[in-house]
Amino acid sequence: MSRELILGAVAYDPKVVTIWSGFRAWFRERGVDFDFVLYSQYERQVEALVDGAIDLAWNSPLAWIRAGRLARRRGLDVRAVAMRDTDRDLTSVVVVRADSDLHTLDDLRGRTVATGAIDSPQSTLLPLALLAERDVKVRRHDVGVGLHGDHIGGERDAAKALRAGEVDAATVIDGNLLLFGREGVLPSGSVRVIGQTAPYDHCNLTAGPGVNASEFVQLLLSMSYADDQARPLLDLEGLKQWLPGRTDHYEGLAATDFYTQDGALNAAGYRP
Amino acid sequence: MPPVIDLDGLGLDNGGHLLIDRALSTLRPGESLTVSGHHPALEIHLAAWCRAEGHLYRRELTVVKGPADAERWAHAERAGEAAATVAEHAKLQWGLAARGALIEPGGPPLDVDWAERDHVWADIAPQLYAQANASQWNPATAVDWAGPHVVPQDIETAVVQIMTYLVENEQAALMIPARMLARLHPHYREVMQLLAAQAADEARHVEIFTRRALLHRDVLGVSGAGGRSSLQSLLDEPDFTLASFLLSVLGEGSFLDLLRFIQRHAPDRATADVTRLAGRDEARHVAFGVAHTAHVVRSDPAHLIRLRAAVERRHSVLADTAGLNREVFDSLVVLAAGSWTPAAVARGWQEVQRLQAAMDEGRQRRLEFIGFPPDEATAISALHTRNFM
Repeated sequence: MSRELILGAVAYDPKVVTIWSGFRAWFRERGVDFDFVLYSQYERQVEALVDGAIDLAWNSPLAWIRAGRLARRRGLDVRAVAMRDTDRDLTSVVVVRADSDLHTLDDLRGRTVATGAIDSPQSTLLPLALLAERDVKVRRHDVGVGLHGDHIGGERDAAKALRAGEVDAATVIDGNLLLFGREGVLPSGSVRVIGQTAPYDHCNLTAGPGVNASEFVQLLLSMSYADDQARPLLDLEGLKQWLPGRTDHYEGLAATDFYTQDGALNAAGYRP
Repeated sequence: MPPVIDLDGLGLDNGGHLLIDRALSTLRPGESLTVSGHHPALEIHLAAWCRAEGHLYRRELTVVKGPADAERWAHAERAGEAAATVAEHAKLQWGLAARGALIEPGGPPLDVDWAERDHVWADIAPQLYAQANASQWNPATAVDWAGPHVVPQDIETAVVQIMTYLVENEQAALMIPARMLARLHPHYREVMQLLAAQAADEARHVEIFTRRALLHRDVLGVSGAGGRSSLQSLLDEPDFTLASFLLSVLGEGSFLDLLRFIQRHAPDRATADVTRLAGRDEARHVAFGVAHTAHVVRSDPAHLIRLRAAVERRHSVLADTAGLNREVFDSLVVLAAGSWTPAAVARGWQEVQRLQAAMDEGRQRRLEFIGFPPDEATAISALHTRNFM
């Protein structure tokens, strides 16, 4: 058996325990010694990864960016070694009520836009970058700060505020536009999309500086949806297939000033 | 050209995915489908939906079918050959799935003890269950609670004591099938349904016997330690067939005669009604116990030894207890006597002797039906608890 690998994950939901306990058992049965530790928020996890306290981290897109910057400052390197099929090519949208007189992003000038939490890439940072220069008023919904938008609550609250007429527009990820439609939070036909971001990638599995995770990653990528033991875990984690990590779809987020180039926290009022 | 599915104005947030799924079901993984429609968010919906479902979204509303659905069902199997076929062994992995359903593997296995057909089955179970449903009655209206009640005080005391005894017996008879059905694989659903009906029957019996006991008084009779020990030994039997044998074949079988006896000597309509109605249900419970035990013996005649050993074991456990409490026995005599004259008591005494003989005869008959030779049936019946149940 190889040296034990320790993975960090953020406990944004109780199911995280089920998921990683299941993965741990699955890996150990296949001879890869692996364990996990849970963090209450991403910033602490990123620091632990760069410090070498953990070998791997299940990182949000923001956490990936910060890990890279903190490592670089120390002359080190982190690598995105895997991601879910569902982490690729996501988009966020700006929606208004279907009966509103707003038709383009420019129409939002001076209007109020509901977003998710301060640290949500999909529901705050990327859509607000799309709306830059348009002088919108932002009504943020800071649910689960420190979880980088993994908690859906802020996004749902933004959608509810739009439906209630409290704001002129709301920003949600494409998958949640569909979800909120089905849930009735934004009933089918009640909203109209007036803007969409470029495709971007979401979470990835990041290997810490100098960590050799090739055996782990190889096994991870071999995990099949046809495997009856793995499938419930994949369903919980929201993927059908693991893919190799890729890093060229984070530019939009990297261009925001949420962190400094050195990886320091830079967003006013951000307290994870 | 890939096939086209037209959603018209339908979005994927109000059912559009059903049409796409239906169109994709005819394709193999890797094959494409084009979606058309004029819902304003169609492309955004479709891209997000494809991502979540493991399909590949190509521009211009084209979907490349992914392998997830095929992979999910790759190792699926049916829970038994068909809905109408009862499997010899029910797999724990089938879980709570309906018999005959196609089962996605990977769910939690069921935590039950009895998953072998021959350990729980009787061919008559489906008919008995149908009969149980057809014979349900309402305690509020099926019993003549309001009828004229002119029961002498002493006889009423005997009735209250007998009812008190019946309630504790019915409580045991409720708990046993309830425990059994919780440990049974639901693949054998007719047996499970029958046990559920049996538990519901007993719940009703508890109600009517309690109500009859309290019809004129607000105080119940006594509960002897020996009687409760006897019932506890039934609850302690962990094996399905042995529990069914001890409870239904021997215990409830004896109760059929007891209930008939009380009905025959009932001093009022309510007493006659409650014992008649309970007796009708009990006959069904006995029929399943006998049929099931006979089924087990047919599949393995060596099982007779286990059945006999169970009776002997219970007998030795109860050897030092009083069995039926004296108050119950005396109450049966008084009930049959109907008055306190020496001649009436002598008659009552004789009636109870006849009751016990009838119980013994009935037990022997059932034991022989199950497969015991007559001499052995006689010996086993004689070891049955003095508490009747």
